[in-house]
Amino acid sequence: MTETLSMPHPQLSAIAIEKAYRKDKHKVPVLRGIDVDVQKAEFLSIVGQSGSGKSTLMHLFGLLDSPDIGEIQLEGQRIDDLPDHARDQIRNRVFGFIFQFYHLLPELNLLENVLSPLMIRYSTWEYWKQKKKFREDALEIIEKVGLSHRIKHRPSEMSGGEMQRAAIARALIAKPQILLADEPTGNLDSSTGKEIMNLLTNLNEQEQLTIIMVTHDNSIAAQAHRTVRLLEGQIEVLGKSHATSVPA
Amino acid sequence: MYKSLLCLRYLRTRYIALASIISMTLGVATMIVVNSVMDGFSTDMRTRLRGILADVIVETNSLDGEPVTKDIKNSIQRAIGDDIAGMTETVEIYAMLSVQYGSQWQSKPVTLIGIDPETKATVGPLAQYLEHTKDNDIPNWELSPEAMAYRKEWTTRAQWMVERWNHNPPPIEQNEQVSFEEPVESSEPLPAPKFANESETASPFDQTPKPKGTHKANPTANPFGEDLKVSAFEEKEERDPSSPLPGRVYIGYGLVSFPYEDPETGKTETFQIVKPGDDVKISTVTAGQPPEPTHFNATVVDLFKSNMSEHDSSLVFCNLEYLQEMRGMIGGGEKSITSIQIKLKRPEDAAMVVSKLEEALPASKFRVRTWEDKQGPLLAAVEVESAILNVLLFLIIAVAGFGILAIFFMITIEKTRDIGVLKALGASSNGIMSIFLSYGLALGLVGSGVGVIVGLLFVRYINEIEKAITWITGRKVFDQRIYYFPEISTHVNPMMVFWVAIGAMVIAVLASILPARKAARFHPVESLRYE
Ligand SMILES: Nc1ncnc2c1ncn2[C@@H]1O[C@H](COP(=O)(O)OP(=O)(O)O)[C@@H](O)[C@H]1O
Ligand SMILES: [Mg+2]
Repeated sequence: MTETLSMPHPQLSAIAIEKAYRKDKHKVPVLRGIDVDVQKAEFLSIVGQSGSGKSTLMHLFGLLDSPDIGEIQLEGQRIDDLPDHARDQIRNRVFGFIFQFYHLLPELNLLENVLSPLMIRYSTWEYWKQKKKFREDALEIIEKVGLSHRIKHRPSEMSGGEMQRAAIARALIAKPQILLADEPTGNLDSSTGKEIMNLLTNLNEQEQLTIIMVTHDNSIAAQAHRTVRLLEGQIEVLGKSHATSVPA
Repeated sequence: MYKSLLCLRYLRTRYIALASIISMTLGVATMIVVNSVMDGFSTDMRTRLRGILADVIVETNSLDGEPVTKDIKNSIQRAIGDDIAGMTETVEIYAMLSVQYGSQWQSKPVTLIGIDPETKATVGPLAQYLEHTKDNDIPNWELSPEAMAYRKEWTTRAQWMVERWNHNPPPIEQNEQVSFEEPVESSEPLPAPKFANESETASPFDQTPKPKGTHKANPTANPFGEDLKVSAFEEKEERDPSSPLPGRVYIGYGLVSFPYEDPETGKTETFQIVKPGDDVKISTVTAGQPPEPTHFNATVVDLFKSNMSEHDSSLVFCNLEYLQEMRGMIGGGEKSITSIQIKLKRPEDAAMVVSKLEEALPASKFRVRTWEDKQGPLLAAVEVESAILNVLLFLIIAVAGFGILAIFFMITIEKTRDIGVLKALGASSNGIMSIFLSYGLALGLVGSGVGVIVGLLFVRYINEIEKAITWITGRKVFDQRIYYFPEISTHVNPMMVFWVAIGAMVIAVLASILPARKAARFHPVESLRYE
């Protein structure tokens, strides 16, 4: 006990996670005892075959789902068993999500999509009061992802790379502590994928943003500080081969 | 914040949902139109019925009537004296009205009501319904100067004819032929002025004054020749034939006027066969057992037009005393009447007044009712009709509700992935639910709002629309000869409009609850898997 108190907690950790999906009466175990610690400002990549449970683990981290057994801890606090409204709040404030298929809202234009986490966080009245500031913030972030010329465009009018950059902008607007990226380059050609990776590396390096990224592409994974592989529902440790720049 | 934005965007991009509320719009509009028309109909009918009747009516059980004794008057005064605003006595009896037009007699069943115009005017708007009486005047039985002039003109002519035929009676066959060839218009310029002097010198005139057109018939065929009672009555007075008869009537406009369609212009014209100043013949029965037939002539003083066609084509008002005399209702110093109409200071108290009067008057002789009781079946029919229509129309809106339900389910399925995204971004289940609930509310608002506007516009221009439909289809939609009113009257009850609109919105929201709950319960992970 004293040990854990004196030791600084990892920013996010998965402790002995087990998760199974029930198909009819059969239990299909997907994760079978996963332990992962993520330090602040770390860039962790998770690799594994398709269907190995990478997305499932991401969803558990991001509180989109709950583990059958085990805990998710944020700064040493268990968060997976919190009531719904608290989980909603954590999703909105702590995590930023990026998906393989971008998942922008088709009815909203780029600017509105980027602002949507703030719209969700605040009531209409509070949002209205700070509207100007939010808009400036959003424009700044859109500029950073290089989409200033696309503000009024709907997702259907944008290319895949642009949509993914828009999704990153949306993930950043809420100033999250941790970015969860599920195959962010999975649906892009390699040069566009590189652009996205550059963006993520920059964010990690310049803004000390913690990033957990799922990929099945080893060359992409290699750009992270550390890679873990999921195999048969368990972590296969690959060592900290390229984890040189992890801050102590 | 995102809720209203998304809700608005869904509204703007999902036109299919707008289609689902068209039936709601139509339902709301129809409901408003139907209710306004029904309401206008019954409001109008009520004012008119009430105009003819009075708040409370005391009727005798027997058509022979009852003498209005001091006792009865006193008991009425004692019972409800303070509540009375006006009171009048009448005699009501079935009768036949015979009018001569050309050589033809037309007879019609009527309700003959003996009234005293002065007191009758205190219980209802009588003057307003009389064509040639000014609204503020107290109606009476005097002929207007125009009616007098008209009467003088035709009686003079009639007298001249009678004179001539008395001296030189034409054979009957020839006479009948003459009557057919005679011009219909009595105002045809006959050489009347020339004979005017002659007719004055030609008195004593031993015939009863003839109704208009009598001059065309053989005097031996004059039905009034046998009218001993009238003749006797008039012979005593040796009266001037142009002076009006002692019997005076207001005749329902519909009894003596006939709408027809002008073949050239296609417009509806009315054709009137009796004017004030003419004479008509009335047949009815005397009081007493058994009732004996009796008839008398009367001079038309005015035409009665309440615009309630049922009344206008069935009522004849007669001077009360004369009717009482003709029916033999005067005896022992008491005059009998068949009903007493009472106007109350506070019409709301009618029911209470009725119960008081029922106690005060002998039930064996009198029956007390409010005007609503008396017209109960008619009013109840209108109410039942509008209740049934309301139920049916509300079902239309309910059907629209199921349409919304179905389309909402489709939309939530379509939006599954977006719902997952919103949850990943931190939206709560309640937030998701309220997007769809407010979407439903917005649809209901649009649907019922447009419905209210369409309905109100329809009501506002209903007569123009009726004319347009008549013009297009060539068939009269609203035939004023059939209905009670000259045009469709409407009355918009704001509360009704309010409740219909609210009802429609509630249905839209109810219909969106199920899909909204389903959307809120989507598991974010499963929603995100959608691709
Ligand atoms: N909702 C679910 N119901 C049943 N099985 C599921 C469900 N979600 C995922 N799975 C199964 O869990 C396994 C892991 O899925 P996933 O985490 O998406 O894999 P990955 O992202 O590594 O490709 C797969 O075999 C998949 O079929
Ligand atoms: Mg996956």
